[in-house]
Amino acid sequence: MTYIAKPKFHHPGLKKNELGYTHRDYEGKISTLCAGCGHDSITASIIEACYELSIEPHRVAKISGIGCSSKTPDYFLGNSHGFNSVHGRMPSVLTGANLANRDLIYLGVSGDGDSASIGFGQFAHSIRRAVNMTYIVENNGVYGLTKGQFSATADRGSKSKKGVTNTDNAIDLVAIALQLGATFVARSFSGDKTQLVPLIAAAIRHKGASFIDVISPCIAFNNHAGSTKSFDYVREHNDAVNRLDVLVGREPISVDYAPGTVQVVEQHDGSRLALRKLDADYDPHDRLGAQTFLQKHAAKGQIVTGLLYVDPDAEDLHTHLDTVETPLNTLDEQALCPGSAVLDKINASLR
Amino acid sequence: MSVQSPISSVNDFVVRFANVNGSGSASANELFARSILRHGVPVSPRNIFPSNIQGLPTWYEVRVTEDGHLGARGGVDMMVAMNPQTWDKDVASIEPGGYLFYDSTKPMPTSKFREDITVIGVPLTAITNSTYTDPRQRQLFKNIIYLGALCALLDLDPKLVEQLIGEQYKGKEKLLSSNVHALHLGRDWALQNLKCPLGLRVKKSDKVGDRIFIEGNSAAALGAVYGGATVCAWYPITPSSSVAEAFTSHCKKYRHDGETGKAKYAIVQGEDELASIGIVIGASWNGARAFTATSGPGISLMTEFIGLSYFAEIPAVIMNIQRAGPSTGMPTRTQQCDVIACAYASHGDTKHVLLFPEDPAEAFEFAAAAFDLAERLQTTIFLMLDLDIGMNHRLCRPLKWDDAKQYDRGKVMTAEMLEEGRDFGRYLDVDGDGIPYRTYPGTHPTKGSYFTRGTSRDRYARYSEEGAVYADNMQRLVRKFETAQDMVPRPLQANAAKPTKYGVLYFGSTSPAMDEAIGILEARGHQLDRMRIRAFPFHSSVASFIADHDFVYVVEQNRDAQLRQLIVNENGIDPVRLVPILHYDGTPITARFIANSIGDHQDHLKVTPLRKAVT
Repeated sequence: MTYIAKPKFHHPGLKKNELGYTHRDYEGKISTLCAGCGHDSITASIIEACYELSIEPHRVAKISGIGCSSKTPDYFLGNSHGFNSVHGRMPSVLTGANLANRDLIYLGVSGDGDSASIGFGQFAHSIRRAVNMTYIVENNGVYGLTKGQFSATADRGSKSKKGVTNTDNAIDLVAIALQLGATFVARSFSGDKTQLVPLIAAAIRHKGASFIDVISPCIAFNNHAGSTKSFDYVREHNDAVNRLDVLVGREPISVDYAPGTVQVVEQHDGSRLALRKLDADYDPHDRLGAQTFLQKHAAKGQIVTGLLYVDPDAEDLHTHLDTVETPLNTLDEQALCPGSAVLDKINASLR
Repeated sequence: MSVQSPISSVNDFVVRFANVNGSGSASANELFARSILRHGVPVSPRNIFPSNIQGLPTWYEVRVTEDGHLGARGGVDMMVAMNPQTWDKDVASIEPGGYLFYDSTKPMPTSKFREDITVIGVPLTAITNSTYTDPRQRQLFKNIIYLGALCALLDLDPKLVEQLIGEQYKGKEKLLSSNVHALHLGRDWALQNLKCPLGLRVKKSDKVGDRIFIEGNSAAALGAVYGGATVCAWYPITPSSSVAEAFTSHCKKYRHDGETGKAKYAIVQGEDELASIGIVIGASWNGARAFTATSGPGISLMTEFIGLSYFAEIPAVIMNIQRAGPSTGMPTRTQQCDVIACAYASHGDTKHVLLFPEDPAEAFEFAAAAFDLAERLQTTIFLMLDLDIGMNHRLCRPLKWDDAKQYDRGKVMTAEMLEEGRDFGRYLDVDGDGIPYRTYPGTHPTKGSYFTRGTSRDRYARYSEEGAVYADNMQRLVRKFETAQDMVPRPLQANAAKPTKYGVLYFGSTSPAMDEAIGILEARGHQLDRMRIRAFPFHSSVASFIADHDFVYVVEQNRDAQLRQLIVNENGIDPVRLVPILHYDGTPITARFIANSIGDHQDHLKVTPLRKAVT
């Protein structure tokens, strides 16, 4: 229950990050989701990624829409401001927040109903506007809070718990994000923390529109035989193209992979992404190639995961609008009001 | 049949230009209106246009009014008939004794004219074609040539018109001289071939004073600049689009950093109205001053977010430039038809603050004030304009700004206050005014964060579905709305010369027509006290005003007497005491309409003794 406070004390020997925060400092309230929900694993991965990046917890703004996934921001980063907004409208709220203060980190948490159905338009437009954010969709193909209706990411032919077969085509948010120009696109699986944590970390460090589709089985309504978003199905059909390590600061690149299989990508902020290539043919800098690769594998029934595309020189909305470096929400009368002398001139020009 | 003598009037007449949309007539017509202003004579121009870009009829009406009556008058004294499509209707609309100005290049059958009007033919096309070869030039200069002819006919001082052209094309010598040339082509032709001037004429006066001439939308946008708005998100919709466009152009001039040249604002054209208000809510939540501009259908789309703004207490400024609804209605016609839709926008129990400016000067003031109110009250503030104010140039007092003024950022708890150990409850009423403190995201590492949601929560923003907790919060919101009553612009009252039992309430763009109507009614022997409502929630003086009179007329531009409904509902007034005077055909309300409606009602009240009546 969210109104039950978690005890604050912790083991004195708990590991601390560069800023002196422990893992606990990145936690939130106790989850109210079903025990075993994939979303809770994503929450844990977000906590892990923020801890590892040594982010000041209060410098993150967590924004969500409505639905099971959108409840999760209450369960991580308890010292951050969170905003559980309107169904399908997280992207616009996040865009506005980002315009007001470019200095915070924006974490948008949404679900498949929230982003592929009611909020498909807002999802698309926030991506094409290149808002600097990490947009995570906790994708289970089903409406949980209203008890098991199909969402728009449910695969055609998949079966609901009640035995109904979905006849509508599925929306692949990753394919759409690629088409719309997202500069960081990944897919992962809630049950694969080793893949997911570094992806979230890399997305946070990415200056531009980062999108991660995380398949997250709904143990209550979409984890049965016939579902294509169940733990078993995803594990069997997961085709990871790469594994990632995020290297921040002065740490040398020390990866224990065989030479030749590691590709290092340096992002705009200086962080480096060490990609362990699992598929020799996969190039994460080729948007067109990524789209083709996805389609080919989707046709074979495979779910491609990993970092699918990254543009290390990405731009964001603030760059496009050429806004001042100072956050807009800190500008005062001095900076904003042209004053009476200017107004007199305006008046004179209107006579 | 008596011969109708031509109308003779100095500085008091209406000229209407009937044009084809997209023919470039707008700038020539505006030049005409401005020229008269330069003579010291007030004008009130109005665009009457269809929902179309090119090819359909459009009209521009200029009321020349030495007495300064800025409302629409009704009737046309001179028609400049440049559109064959609407010829018959245009000719029919001229007042008896009026004037018809037309392009006489092609002969017209006499059946196309009227006997009771003066017909003035100028071969505009012939003059144009003999001077210009380029088709676009022919089109544009034809407009200036008719302006030149009108200059002679109405006795305008050509120097003043030239001066205006000079200001318009400053630094563009070629355009300047060719426009002046075209002006004289028309003027000279008229002087040589027609009896100039006519009975209608303009004489220099001093009635304009220091007033300015500006569109309400542009003034509201300037108010947003002065009021410190940094984020604007919008979606194109007539008649509001020019607010965002004006904000963009004002910001380009006044909001770039002197050193870096970077923008101290962010403007996003959203994919729809939902995104626009979402961006505004997100930005305001994060401590920026943000607004959107829209019209009726946009308000409908925004209502879910407006409920969130009310319940989660997030500032927002929405400028609603009203047009005739419902649905697409008459998108280029004016009405005051969203009063109820905005006052109670959204599901559940909601109430919102509305501001009703009467003209561009108030649009500027109220727009700037809306941001203070939104942040102080942490809720949505509607600036209720309409097409009549928004998209027409209106003569109004100069815009004023006090440089000592500081923005009221409302109750914001800072890192220092949190550090001092102040108790922070996001929905905690610490001052008894119903307004809680808020914190901006990112304020403090360990204190002051909270989770914003549209679901019920307690005073410390903790989720709760307890009935008592929910009701406690809803009651506080009522208290907050009561607080708002004394913060919003007060109504303005003007009493009749003699004590009277009758009053009239009105608001917004009805103002100039109302002022004029009072004079007409007084002349007819009807005395009325009047009160102009400038905001909702209504100040207590509204109820007292009603109590002080036997009954009160409520003049508004919608079918369902929406302001009246709101007064009845919010103040528990007996509806019988409020007589609706309603104008809703999409044209701006006129003094004639108000005076006739109220006058007729008043006449019926006069009890004539029976004996006297039969004799």
